[in-house]
Amino acid sequence: MSDVWIQLVLLADSTLRLATPLVFCALAGMFTERAGVVDIGLEGKMLGSAFAAAAVASVTGSAWAGLAAAIVFSCMLAMVHGFACITHRGDQVVSGVALNIMVAGLGPTLADAWFHQAGRINVTGPSARFTPIELPLTETIGQVPILGTLYVELLSGHNILVYLAALALPLSAWVLYRTRFGLRIRAVGENPSAVDTAGISVEALRYRALLVTGALCGFAGAYLSIAQNAGFQRDMSAGKGYLALAALIFGKWRPVPAVLGCLLFAFADAAQARLQGVAVPGIGQIPTQLIQAIPYLLTILLLAGFVGRAIAPRAIGQPYVKER
Amino acid sequence: MAGDPGRIEPAGARPPAIELRGIDKRFGAVHANRNVSLIVPAGTIHGIIGENGAGKSTLMNIIYGYYHADAGTILVDGQPITIRSPQDSIRAGIGMVHQHFMLVEPFTVLENVLLGAEGGVTLEEGAAKARETLQALERDYALEVDLDARIENLPVGVQQRVEILKALFRGARTLILDEPTGVLTPQEADHLFRILRNLKEQGRTVVLITHKLREIMAVTDNVSVMRQGEMVAHRVTAQTSREELAELMVGRKVLLRVEKAPARPGAPVLEVEDLRVTDDLGVERVKGVSFTVRAGEIVGIAGVAGNGQSQLLEALAGIRRPRAGRVTVKGVPVIDPAQARRHGLAHVPEDRLRMGLVRGFVAYENAILGYHVDKDYVDERGFLRFGNIVDTCKRWMAGYDVRPQAPQLQATSFSGGNQQKLVLAREMEHDPDLLLVGQPTRGVDIGAIEFIHRRLIAMRDAGKAVLLVSVELDEILSLSDRILVMFDGHFTGELSAAEADERKIGLLMAGVTAEAA
Repeated sequence: MSDVWIQLVLLADSTLRLATPLVFCALAGMFTERAGVVDIGLEGKMLGSAFAAAAVASVTGSAWAGLAAAIVFSCMLAMVHGFACITHRGDQVVSGVALNIMVAGLGPTLADAWFHQAGRINVTGPSARFTPIELPLTETIGQVPILGTLYVELLSGHNILVYLAALALPLSAWVLYRTRFGLRIRAVGENPSAVDTAGISVEALRYRALLVTGALCGFAGAYLSIAQNAGFQRDMSAGKGYLALAALIFGKWRPVPAVLGCLLFAFADAAQARLQGVAVPGIGQIPTQLIQAIPYLLTILLLAGFVGRAIAPRAIGQPYVKER
Repeated sequence: MAGDPGRIEPAGARPPAIELRGIDKRFGAVHANRNVSLIVPAGTIHGIIGENGAGKSTLMNIIYGYYHADAGTILVDGQPITIRSPQDSIRAGIGMVHQHFMLVEPFTVLENVLLGAEGGVTLEEGAAKARETLQALERDYALEVDLDARIENLPVGVQQRVEILKALFRGARTLILDEPTGVLTPQEADHLFRILRNLKEQGRTVVLITHKLREIMAVTDNVSVMRQGEMVAHRVTAQTSREELAELMVGRKVLLRVEKAPARPGAPVLEVEDLRVTDDLGVERVKGVSFTVRAGEIVGIAGVAGNGQSQLLEALAGIRRPRAGRVTVKGVPVIDPAQARRHGLAHVPEDRLRMGLVRGFVAYENAILGYHVDKDYVDERGFLRFGNIVDTCKRWMAGYDVRPQAPQLQATSFSGGNQQKLVLAREMEHDPDLLLVGQPTRGVDIGAIEFIHRRLIAMRDAGKAVLLVSVELDEILSLSDRILVMFDGHFTGELSAAEADERKIGLLMAGVTAEAA
């Protein structure tokens, strides 16, 4: 009994770990997309900031410096996207894809040139990474049956970024629904003309939304390279940016449902890791590749079938041009 | 040339609310405003009238800071000011209600009013105070609105009140309304006029832009007339007439009433039985209607936009599959647009740029759309007969006064009126038995309206059946032999041309049926 319980708690535990970058990324995308700009470049920003975090952390030995670099670099990428799509009214999907491709090539190339580790950056040393934090009183509470396990295994022992991700949800929701900035963001994604005639600059507003997105993607990237893993490697984001985008759409561009979507994908990922090598009665061992495909298949199924009609922000994808 | 702006004396000692001197604005090749001067006395309702494309909206958008003038000076309350953005004009006490409402549909009324004037970083700070201010404004100006209702659930008349509230909340002393009655029933329009008079009594200034003479006469103190980007005359409303204003607008005498002989209806051509149609979201928009259109008559369908007319028209043309019911043209059921065309149905769609034309095609290509399989246009091997097509197009352009007469020109290079005449030529010249026509004069100038109306009457007199769907009540009244009024997917009444008037139709348009009235 308690063995099954522990297995379940461990499954939940790894779900949280896997969900963290998705949550940051989906919330990041929410700001840009609610402001009316398609952001398919979440993947690129995450990968780029993973690179920046690893590079700076390995040189300075400071995880916090790595995180700061990740945020700065991700914001720079977001500004490039803004320059193409907001200032020059370029196609938002093309710009996003271009950034993804650029980062995918640039990361390993620069890593190879600067660190000579075959396109990787290894981050070692105690303070260069975000390490697990023991919550207080784990000894004492750990004695309590069932709930103790929950506290020690599930709640305690994560790195700071996991807790920040948990905090990012209520904070993002509050900003989006309860503040002036959030009101304007939601308005500009629905009817930019209304924002313009209210005396607010549509362009400045969308740039600011992109900066928020850049910052949150920075957290996601830093988590990948200097918290979850010990360094940067080629394509380490592995489509998580797209998964986060799918979760965002699955959640109809709302914070709580989007995060639930992230948790679902993370759970599928956690479960597939545990299913590998397990023999299913009657079928035998399922090929690893098939199991690894589960989260992605789930994405397709959910997006195709269960979402219903996802109503996007009305002005999404359209560059703002004053009517004539 | 520009009229004399000095003719309207400022009321009392207050400086004019708005004064324009020599405003000039070009959009590429289009000279939208030419050296426009204007004085709007404080505390009055000032009408600005002109045809579509005369430059009225451009001028007002310049005052509001949405566009920037190339040259000229703007004075507000006697002080010259620079307006770089709407923010500057809001600060100067100018508010604007745009023709297309600038509202965020999923937002509540309160959120829309707060947008841009939130009064704090968090919404809570401003919201409570705003609520009080708004309730006071609602009381003072009879602008009843539920602050917590979502915009998308409100009728357009109420949405318009939200726009007015928005402007007043920002402290507007001068309110500009751009074509405010286009979407309203006559009763709603009268309510709006009461609000405007109320604003005037409280010392505020109103600028009303419209192309409807009735409204100018009903509510304004002074009126300025624009034509082709120029300000051509200023008048005191009480000292002018509809006829004079119409002549000033167009630059020549116009017939406001279409002259026509009584109809001689023949055999039924279009027969509709218990038709039900749903829209793209699966909502039933036409809820079981039956009617007949006979040869040699024009049947008009009146109603406020969005009461199912569009879906009805699409279903009749075979574009939209009805959920239930029967549509026949001369006894043959309508199945799809091509088949319907073969059986004598012609269709001038409501939205010519979306359904009537292909924007990127040239005029002669557009002239044969839908008829492109005719032997006149294509030979046995399937190649287009360009010589024939271009000649035909040229002939029609001459006959329908399409300007410029250039078959090689892209559809988008023609003005709205000329695009419409091209579509009409295509649909009328293929000798249909039934012509379905939606909003035939939307965005069309008065000169072309007169022409289009005469053509429609000529169709009728040639023994064709014509079904006219229009939200312009004047148009319905002057063209139709019988009028059906549509409200919420039903017909609320049928009137003959003789018994119909604006008031009766207005009530039916608002859903008040004969029994209830």
